[in-house]
Amino acid sequence: MDKQTFDFATRAVHAGLIPDKATGARALPIYESAAYVFDNSDDAAARFALRKYGEIYSRIVNPTVAALEERVASLEGGLGAVATASGLSAQFITFIALASQGDEVLASSELYGGSITQLDITLRRLGIDTKFIDSDDPQDYAAAITERTRFIFVEAVANPSGHIADIEGLAAVAHAAGIPLVVDSTVATPYLLRPIEHGADIVVHSATKFLSGSGTVLGGVVVDSGTFHWGQERFPEFFKPVAAYNNLTWSGNFNEYSFLTRLRAEQLRDVGPALSAHSAFLIAQGIETLPLRVQRQVENTREIAEWLEQHPQVESVNWAGLETHAQHDRALKYFPNANSGSVFSFTIKGGRAAGKIFIDSLNLLSHVANIGDVKSLAIHPASTTHAQLSAEQLREAGIEEGTIRLSIGIESAKDLIADIAQALETSTQGDAPHSVEQR
Amino acid sequence: MTEQSLPLAAATRQISLNGASGPSGVACTVATPESERRWQGPDAAERNGILEKARSIAIVGASANPSRASYFVATYLLQSTNYTVYFINPKESEILGHPVYKDLASLPEVPDIVDVFRRSSAIKSVADDAAAVGAPVLWIQLGIWDDDVAEYSESLGLEVVMDRCIKIEHARFHQGLHLFGFNTGVISSRRAR
Repeated sequence: MDKQTFDFATRAVHAGLIPDKATGARALPIYESAAYVFDNSDDAAARFALRKYGEIYSRIVNPTVAALEERVASLEGGLGAVATASGLSAQFITFIALASQGDEVLASSELYGGSITQLDITLRRLGIDTKFIDSDDPQDYAAAITERTRFIFVEAVANPSGHIADIEGLAAVAHAAGIPLVVDSTVATPYLLRPIEHGADIVVHSATKFLSGSGTVLGGVVVDSGTFHWGQERFPEFFKPVAAYNNLTWSGNFNEYSFLTRLRAEQLRDVGPALSAHSAFLIAQGIETLPLRVQRQVENTREIAEWLEQHPQVESVNWAGLETHAQHDRALKYFPNANSGSVFSFTIKGGRAAGKIFIDSLNLLSHVANIGDVKSLAIHPASTTHAQLSAEQLREAGIEEGTIRLSIGIESAKDLIADIAQALETSTQGDAPHSVEQR
Repeated sequence: MTEQSLPLAAATRQISLNGASGPSGVACTVATPESERRWQGPDAAERNGILEKARSIAIVGASANPSRASYFVATYLLQSTNYTVYFINPKESEILGHPVYKDLASLPEVPDIVDVFRRSSAIKSVADDAAAVGAPVLWIQLGIWDDDVAEYSESLGLEVVMDRCIKIEHARFHQGLHLFGFNTGVISSRRAR
């Protein structure tokens, strides 16, 4: 065994997948089995008590899902990962592992609409109180931390505004208060940005997006750095004897492995959002080409954003990769060549009406509520993904009535620009061909 | 089989136990902060080499209490590996159906690894005992970091692993950690053994 460091592209293909002992299968085997036979009673008891590593039931451990988990953990530079049935369930089990009734959460006001409702409605109903911070300044977060605050949650690149979080600044504020920084890095992808390298403690993904890549399956992943110092006052759950597991304590028995072991053995067990083996296979396979896809996607994005910026029908382009963008310095700091992902928004002149005609006039970009596909996608957030938000929440999320969100795929940039150009042209004429046909 | 460096570096970072007095067997231990450490332990490949070479492991400070880390390790070693496992504790007589010896000198053979579950201040005398019987490796449990203890043990001719769990390290190279979604750092195109 020689020492060697493997690059990202190598790990994207190989991490988590060693040809299996039984068959030597080169591709990732899909283990579609709900349960696994125990060797004997002692073996069963030891597995249930977490005294040995072993399959029990696919809600908690599945060999195909494990391959995906290790792969994402490797790419993010984390200690390990837990995969879930969707990005929202990855967040949910993370949030309830960290916060209980009466606790507080600080979250950016610039989040995916589903994340805002998860925090604002469902977690609030469970007695977990989220303060949304409408500011980019870590000091505004610091000022809002109380003794009840349990974590800070932000998106590395906000959907759809395209704003980049100051991960280093937020990590410093969080750690000074003894709380972890949780980052949704779905839009950034580990190929472009690894939040743990900048101080984040926990990274969550909707694997549905760039990780799977082709918009085929739903999935989520939680990655832990393993380096956060869980304090007894804010996180007593890590230090109390756990009756279900022979009175072990998570911190005492598992140390740096405690958060992920607990997340799997308590939250995944009790909430139940297990990822299916087949979905894990598709996501793990998708990740093999993540570096190739995302590189092409950001190159296309740059070409399209620079073209849009010059277009007379466009009011503004919210992509920090542009030199004119207010956050360009931050894009340079956090992203290779300042390419801050391939999901961004632009605002069309003519408000909601023009936005609607633009969307209805597209022939190549698809009108869907998704991002991160190899196919280019477009949507009008104010009437769809963020429609559940109030006018004030919309403004705080960086969304205007004429804002269009684009997720750029791997098609030819020339063809994408041609489609966007004709749709912009139609939007100035006040008539949408598709809206007539669709009646 | 080779390892990547990045995640293993992350895995070596230390989490302080915050003075916690839990049922872990490493109660009241506060490890030296990472930035203040002198001693450097074996890397993952070397740790795997130690585990590959060994046939027997003696657990010093073994406990019959199921919530203790030593009990977790013992269960794992007995059920998931082929090692011969010996238990050492003058206050116990039987653990997991196995006899418990009062000291290392009483064992029927020289153990290849002495795995210590004692507080920092008690480890030097365990190192003396290990060296006296001729055991080659002293393995000090996760959560303990003491440069003096490590250097002293090495001066006795012992190979030292510190702040590592033998269960976790074995599982890192034998699919157990992988199965629980942890980053083993193992990249290989060869069929698993």
